[in-house]
Amino acid sequence: MSIDQNKIRNFCIIAHIDHGKSTLADRIIEHTGTLTSREMQAQVLDNMELERERGITIKSQAVRIIYKALNGEEYIFNLIDTPGHVDFNYEVSRSLAACDGAILVVDAAQGVEAQTLANVYLALDHDLDVMPVINKIDLPSAQPEEVIQEIEDVIGIEAADAPRISAKTGLNIEEVLEQIVTKIPAPTGDANAPLKALIFDALYDQYKGVIVFCRIKEGTVRVGDLIKMMATGATDEVTEVGYFGAGQFIPCEELSAGMVGYVCASIKNVRDTRVGDTVTNAKSPCKEALPGYKKVNPMVYCGMYPADSAKYADLRDALEKLQINDASLQFEPETSLALGFGFRCGFLGLLHLEIIQERLEREFDLDLVTTAPGVVYKVYKTNGEVVELTNPSNLPDPSEIDYMEEPIVSAEIMVTKDYVGAIMTLCQERRGVYLSLEYLEETRALIKYELPLNEIIYDFFDALKSRSRGYASFDYELKGYSQSELVKLDILINKEQVDALSFIVFKDSAYERGRKMCEKLKEEIPRHLFEIPIQAAVGGKVIARETVKAMRKDVLAKCYGGDITRKRKLLEKQKEGKKRMRQVGSVEIPQEAFMSVLKLDED
Amino acid sequence: MNKKKETELYLHIPFCMKKCGYCDFLSFVADEKMQETYVGALIRELDFYGTKYKDRLFTTVYIGGGTPSWLSEEAIARIMEKVRECFLLSDDAEVTIECNPGTVTEQKLLTYRKAGINRLSIGLQSAHNKELQILGRIHTWEQFLKTYDLARGSGYSNINIDLMSSLPGQTPELFADSLKKVLRLRPEHISAYSLIIEKGTPFYDRYRFDAVRQQAGLPTESLPTEEEEYETVKLTQQILQEAGYRWYEVSNFALPGRECRHNIGYWKRTDYLGVGLGAASLIDNIRYSNTADIYDYLKQCGQIREGLFENTAEDGTVSEVPAVNFHASAEALSRNAQMEEFMFLGLRMVDGVLRSDFEEAFGISVEAAYGEVIEHLKAEGLLKKMEGRIFLTERGMDVSNFALAQFLH
Repeated sequence: MSIDQNKIRNFCIIAHIDHGKSTLADRIIEHTGTLTSREMQAQVLDNMELERERGITIKSQAVRIIYKALNGEEYIFNLIDTPGHVDFNYEVSRSLAACDGAILVVDAAQGVEAQTLANVYLALDHDLDVMPVINKIDLPSAQPEEVIQEIEDVIGIEAADAPRISAKTGLNIEEVLEQIVTKIPAPTGDANAPLKALIFDALYDQYKGVIVFCRIKEGTVRVGDLIKMMATGATDEVTEVGYFGAGQFIPCEELSAGMVGYVCASIKNVRDTRVGDTVTNAKSPCKEALPGYKKVNPMVYCGMYPADSAKYADLRDALEKLQINDASLQFEPETSLALGFGFRCGFLGLLHLEIIQERLEREFDLDLVTTAPGVVYKVYKTNGEVVELTNPSNLPDPSEIDYMEEPIVSAEIMVTKDYVGAIMTLCQERRGVYLSLEYLEETRALIKYELPLNEIIYDFFDALKSRSRGYASFDYELKGYSQSELVKLDILINKEQVDALSFIVFKDSAYERGRKMCEKLKEEIPRHLFEIPIQAAVGGKVIARETVKAMRKDVLAKCYGGDITRKRKLLEKQKEGKKRMRQVGSVEIPQEAFMSVLKLDED
Repeated sequence: MNKKKETELYLHIPFCMKKCGYCDFLSFVADEKMQETYVGALIRELDFYGTKYKDRLFTTVYIGGGTPSWLSEEAIARIMEKVRECFLLSDDAEVTIECNPGTVTEQKLLTYRKAGINRLSIGLQSAHNKELQILGRIHTWEQFLKTYDLARGSGYSNINIDLMSSLPGQTPELFADSLKKVLRLRPEHISAYSLIIEKGTPFYDRYRFDAVRQQAGLPTESLPTEEEEYETVKLTQQILQEAGYRWYEVSNFALPGRECRHNIGYWKRTDYLGVGLGAASLIDNIRYSNTADIYDYLKQCGQIREGLFENTAEDGTVSEVPAVNFHASAEALSRNAQMEEFMFLGLRMVDGVLRSDFEEAFGISVEAAYGEVIEHLKAEGLLKKMEGRIFLTERGMDVSNFALAQFLH
């Protein structure tokens, strides 16, 4: 049984965060009866617990929907959901490459935002036909006609007949479905040509092994075929092919050009299946791979340690399991004097870091101590060697260093004009280099800056939101490296250096950061029976100091008519608190303290 | 003839005219009908134990609350009559009742005396009316004085006064002033507690942020800082010791020989039977607590039955402990738990614990069980060993939570 390519539509939904992408996806799935309303949990595509809570899509997901159009024909819709955060730009681009068209959701009250633009440009880069939809017209502040004008003016695509919908209430969803049929092109490609399929995601299943999500561009794949991953060279026999029901895999006989589905090939290691790679037939391979594959490199690193050092092996197993689904996660073992055995882990960005951290804690029930995240510095040594530094503790002796370089990103910030000044001040404070300021329309400006990555990984996002009252949006990409005056800031607690608290900082910011770090640690470290000095030092010279005073009084005075159990519980709680501490010399440091550098600008 | 096992009796009266803002004891306002029903249930519980503990010698009785003195004098007389009918009381038994100024009359005091009560514990808390008002107390300093005079006039020669320090807005000097006013009366015993802000009280809503700051040693808004609290404690110890009172437990002071025997029993792990709502007991190394739900308590006392209480340990093993239907918990203490209690309770007393007592109770030396902890605390200057006694130093008493917690597994 082969399926008529003309009856297939492969598309994705793109939107600025909160403009209603997932809600629209839910409505489409619901409306076409793939699920009954009762079965439908809100936001079916975001099926990781974490995704639903955070309201963002972390991994790509896909679903196949049957739609009976007004012309009486049945169509197959393959809806591919894309991650919505700048950390996952590469994944987004691969998901887009798997589509032929994109639905652009724009909030009728908010209009075009920075991410809307970024996503549209990405979609256009992949030659997708973009079909605008105006959402949230049920809001009192909705201005659909103005937003349509804005789309035509700012983005330059036809929007006059864009469906005006409310994904929340389901209003005018039929119109969206009809336009998918009429406006998004059917896929092309020769089902008899050599196999050429794009991997846009992969998932590990303990029974099936690695499940590769792909879009067949040319040829056909069947069970029993010997397939080859062109970039990694891995070869395996296909054990199953199929497509995506809502929340389940539905096996079928074959996948041919134009279709979206999955392939299992008893692959045990996800590292063999990289997003963006091309799958071909090992016996009759295609001539060249699909364009656009690249190996993504982590941008942000931090140390992750089990709170209970006996859980080291559990942490390693958990990281390995996560890496199976997330090839961009990297880790290698490291040791810290303060924290014991753990891993130096690499992430695409801070959100990616937070997500991995939360998944380790929730899905694997691990208690973690995480050190301050840092970026990859390049250290040029006097002997001509270049070291890529991911752990501040490994910084060579200053006498061996010729100079250092730090990663620089180009950032685009969109903001309403009232906050332009505040945002530019923020960028200046973060050592930004001004590139341009452009008014997209009367009230909205696009600010471009070059910023050191290490200035934005901690709290830039929060600062941006608070200084623009939530109106700014932000996107960045790595531009390259540039020479910079950097120093290692060390923290000494009770005169002992705590390696896990060291970090690299711009020379002129060292004093300020050191001072704040000491203040923060003073709050975090509970009082002991003795006084504890906390010092920040650069190259052995102390630049800031705070003191945790000695504890004077700690008693349980009352007696509850012989209720000893209650007294015991209070004492046990005190003792229990200690277990969550790390011993450095004679000082107990709470685990949260190791993350405190992250919160330096909170007030 | 076998020596009868020494046991203490605690009776809980969970009623108050008005609940104070800081109080998280098991107490509430109730009408006369409820009070009567409750006393009935309490008496049924006493009856039940009377047949069970014929072979024990009761050395102390403590009627606590709540405000026991709010009950009618007939109710207290009935309870005491029942206690004597059920249990064998030693000739020199210490029999205490807690009372609050404003609920006590001469008639009540005389009835108590006749019922065999020989010690009063008066909840004063402060000698300043403004502070009494902040605390939500129902009485004034002047009312207290009247109550105290009545008590002395009725022949009570063993009186405790409760005082509370660390009140909102209170300086060490203000507390010392309360203390000195009270000292002029020469009570036999003084309990000087620090106010603790407990969850679930109106004070918690009002002062919880301050309480956290206080604990962290940071500046506070209305509660005294930790430093002031510390000063108050030191000043209290100094003033009372100079006045001839002996500091014998974390927050208790007494004229020589007037230490509260009932409370010392708790620290020495003497068996005690708790009767009434939410009351706790220690009987043959099993810790019990009665249900804290008044309706459940009344119902269970209607038909008292013995049975087995099932405990599931962390590792899933189930053990059974003999219990009664009004018990909410029953836990047989492991040998280890008994040793821990021996230390963390015993060391609350300024005299500490006797090495020989430990050895007699557990068959091993205290060093064999806690050598490492003891050495560690000694090195920190928190604990001392002298003439067969182990006790906390003054600094150890200041931070007793830290020191005592070390004895837990």
